[in-house]
Amino acid sequence: MSVIAVLIGCSFLIAVGALAAFLWAVKSGQYEDKYTPSVRILLDDEKHTTERQRHREK
Amino acid sequence: MENFRQSSKVVSTCYHCGDTIRGERVEYDEKLFCCSGCKVVYEILQQNDLCRYYSLEQTPGVQPASIESARYDYLADESVQKQLLNFSDGTHASVTLSLPSIHCSSCIWLLEHLYRLDAGVASSQVDFLKKQVTVSFDPTKTSLKNIVVLLASIGYEPELRHDAVEKRVESTATRSLYYKIGIAGFCFGNSMLFSFPEYLGVDVSETALKELFSYLNLILGIPIFFYCSADYFKSSWQGLKRRFITIDLPIAIGIVVLFTRSAYEILTQTGPGFIDSLCGLLFFLLLGRVFQSKTYDRMNFERNYKSYFPISVTTKKNGIETTIPISSLEKGQRIVIRNNEIIPADAMLLRGDAAIDYSFVTGESKPVEKVLGEMIYAGGRQIGGIIELEVMKEVSQSYLTQMWNQCSAAQKEAGQLSELSNAVGKYFTYAVLFVSTAVGLYWLQYDVTTAINAFTGILIVACPCALAISIPFTLGTALRIFGRNNFYLKNTSVIETLSKIDTIIFDKTGTITHPQHSSVEFTPRSRDLYGRGGADDLPGRGTQLTEYDMQMVSSVAKSSVHPLSKVIFDYLGGEITKHQSSNVIPSSDLPASGLAGDVRNLSDEGSQIPRSSLRDIARNDNVERVIEVQALVVEHFTETMGKGISGSVKGHRIKMGSREFAGHSYPHQRNVNESRVYLTIDEKERGYFSIRNIYRDELETTVNELKKKYSLFILSGDNESERARLQAIFPKNTTMLFNQMPTDKMDAVNHLREKNKRVLMMGDGLNDAGALLQSNVGIAVTEDIALFTPSSDAILAGSSFDLLPTILKFSKTSIKIVTASFGFAFMYNLFALFFAVQGELSPIIAAILMPASSITIVVLTTGLTQLLAKRRGLL
Repeated sequence: MSVIAVLIGCSFLIAVGALAAFLWAVKSGQYEDKYTPSVRILLDDEKHTTERQRHREK
Repeated sequence: MENFRQSSKVVSTCYHCGDTIRGERVEYDEKLFCCSGCKVVYEILQQNDLCRYYSLEQTPGVQPASIESARYDYLADESVQKQLLNFSDGTHASVTLSLPSIHCSSCIWLLEHLYRLDAGVASSQVDFLKKQVTVSFDPTKTSLKNIVVLLASIGYEPELRHDAVEKRVESTATRSLYYKIGIAGFCFGNSMLFSFPEYLGVDVSETALKELFSYLNLILGIPIFFYCSADYFKSSWQGLKRRFITIDLPIAIGIVVLFTRSAYEILTQTGPGFIDSLCGLLFFLLLGRVFQSKTYDRMNFERNYKSYFPISVTTKKNGIETTIPISSLEKGQRIVIRNNEIIPADAMLLRGDAAIDYSFVTGESKPVEKVLGEMIYAGGRQIGGIIELEVMKEVSQSYLTQMWNQCSAAQKEAGQLSELSNAVGKYFTYAVLFVSTAVGLYWLQYDVTTAINAFTGILIVACPCALAISIPFTLGTALRIFGRNNFYLKNTSVIETLSKIDTIIFDKTGTITHPQHSSVEFTPRSRDLYGRGGADDLPGRGTQLTEYDMQMVSSVAKSSVHPLSKVIFDYLGGEITKHQSSNVIPSSDLPASGLAGDVRNLSDEGSQIPRSSLRDIARNDNVERVIEVQALVVEHFTETMGKGISGSVKGHRIKMGSREFAGHSYPHQRNVNESRVYLTIDEKERGYFSIRNIYRDELETTVNELKKKYSLFILSGDNESERARLQAIFPKNTTMLFNQMPTDKMDAVNHLREKNKRVLMMGDGLNDAGALLQSNVGIAVTEDIALFTPSSDAILAGSSFDLLPTILKFSKTSIKIVTASFGFAFMYNLFALFFAVQGELSPIIAAILMPASSITIVVLTTGLTQLLAKRRGLL
């Protein structure tokens, strides 16, 4: 039984961490917009070798 | 006017906005554009290496409206900036702007790369669903005005509204709900762990551990009781103050009893307490709330006149123009209104040609012309040149504003409270109190401890958790299903009211007529009556237009941007194509009636297709039948604002416009519910084009479906000329009222409600706003969800108009599902009562029964709702 007590203690600590993370996430506004980030992550940051530079290379 | 001759064999689409290119085309960088506006956007993006915009999505652009940057001069004003900016501290400022034209991932990409277009912008972030962008910028390098003008010039014109400042409250409420459910979830999980010794049983040697865990449990219960449950205490207390028993009352009693009994048992070490059940109860209750609280926050249902008026207006005094906030506008001031600006107060026209688009107010999209000295009501949008007006009434005293204030005073009180659950809650509370007291008194004769156990036990198990969550889960699911069908509800209680409707009122223009498509018919001037004005004109007896005539007229019409010219241009394009395709078959003689033919068919095709997919259809269609409209060179083109257009083609002088403008001798006709454009070629009166609204195609089937169960009404602001057409569609007993002022509509609704009718009002414009508010359920019908709609309980997309009968049926179905799940929840309660009555409710039984009942209800309601929605074709 005392093994269980230790495990419960550990899981409690982990849960506290999870709760803190959740509260932080809500506070920092991550639950305000649940759609746009899903699109944003698919838009790559292009390198700045775009047309103008290609022109210069030519 | 730049003109060129062209003959396009293949119809192409604009590289920027994807519209079919008709008439004028602009070529640049080997790409085709439909107008110079689109080309300019492309140029801007190309110069700044932002062409990825075009590779993310096909033709993502939005055709930019022509803007004069002077329109945004007021943004330089301190007080206006203070209203709009989120914050500003000299070198940093941030502003949140709503951009209704955000529609795809390319938009997100471009708007988040604003810093490349303006060096003063530090960063920008898009909220796609709310259609907002938050821009942080350096006020020393750029200005708010520059940013707004930049956005407008690339096709994303911000909506700058009077109430932009007042609506940033919402999010705190949802945030606190998230905090609460997070904490409840945490406590629920951990209290079950701490109850392990209780669930599994422990040796005598480890009772100390058990003791410790029960104290820890009590600590977990404290935030649950004092923080997470606060809403239930508040709402039941408010109910009691108003002598009103809500479903929250038995819940609150249950929570209090659970907590106090647990605290007593733990502190006296007489038992393990029910903290795990308490945490689980709150977790499920809050889950229901979260599920229900999902609303369509990008659509604001509470819009009032403020969300519709601009922030400021330009006034003119002694020839000097100044910009003032709209709230300080006074009677007698002279205001200047430019193209596309909204008239903020009832005013008299002093200078300029006014063509007012009242589509927000009446739903009618064709502009109304006004003459000098005429009164112009607030809410219209000026189309055309600059006009000057004298303010006759302050903004708050204007006709529409007053009506609005009048009805918001008599706002619906119902709100979120659900009638059904409260009716049940009332009897439930009485029953529970009666049973628990009776059982407690019975046991009191034998044993005090058992009596207290039984009394509290009944109050605990009777806590109607399952009851309370069956409504949010059923109606929340239904809300989502409706949303997928482009029917958006303010909140779930609307579904309940919707299921009890027995009377439906329709507004005419824009609601049952199609706002974007019109039918055009050409009535030629009859030859034998020529020159003898005054006689009636019979269609088909005069000279029809020849193909060449039509080409000339369409060339002239093409040069104009007036909406009526566009309609005529499209119509003639179709006619000429018909002509040409019939010419392929050797039939030299065309029947005269074939010409005035059925454009309705053409526009009808369009109206069945939702707007979004129109573009693609147009593409496919045009590949097959190639339109070959020859644009002829137009010389001496002039457009007289509000009167008409004229121009000459190969020496033929063409005039079209109002009766006076075209010099027609037709008698002036009243009671005509159509716009007429009179045509004169070479000083000969050729006839007129009549342009009228067409009814939605689905109207007839929808009405046929509805008339079986509901009594129908039509309230129209127009005159009676449409009565015959409407009578053909609507059943005989339909009451039709014409010439209705906005207040008349409101009174009509009130009158019906006094007769205990449950009224559903379908409207679209500001003139229906009063009626929408007064009805039991007000549905605003709109073609574009992003556009303005008056405040209402629900918003229905025009393309889903035919779903109305299904929607009404499904709302009834979902209420039936709620009733069924109520029955289910009662069975659980009875089962638990069996233990509680004997005073033998152990924590384990409670800990199993309460979550089990909640989970079954969640699964049952969501599953059943989805299944039945599928059967009705809504999923």
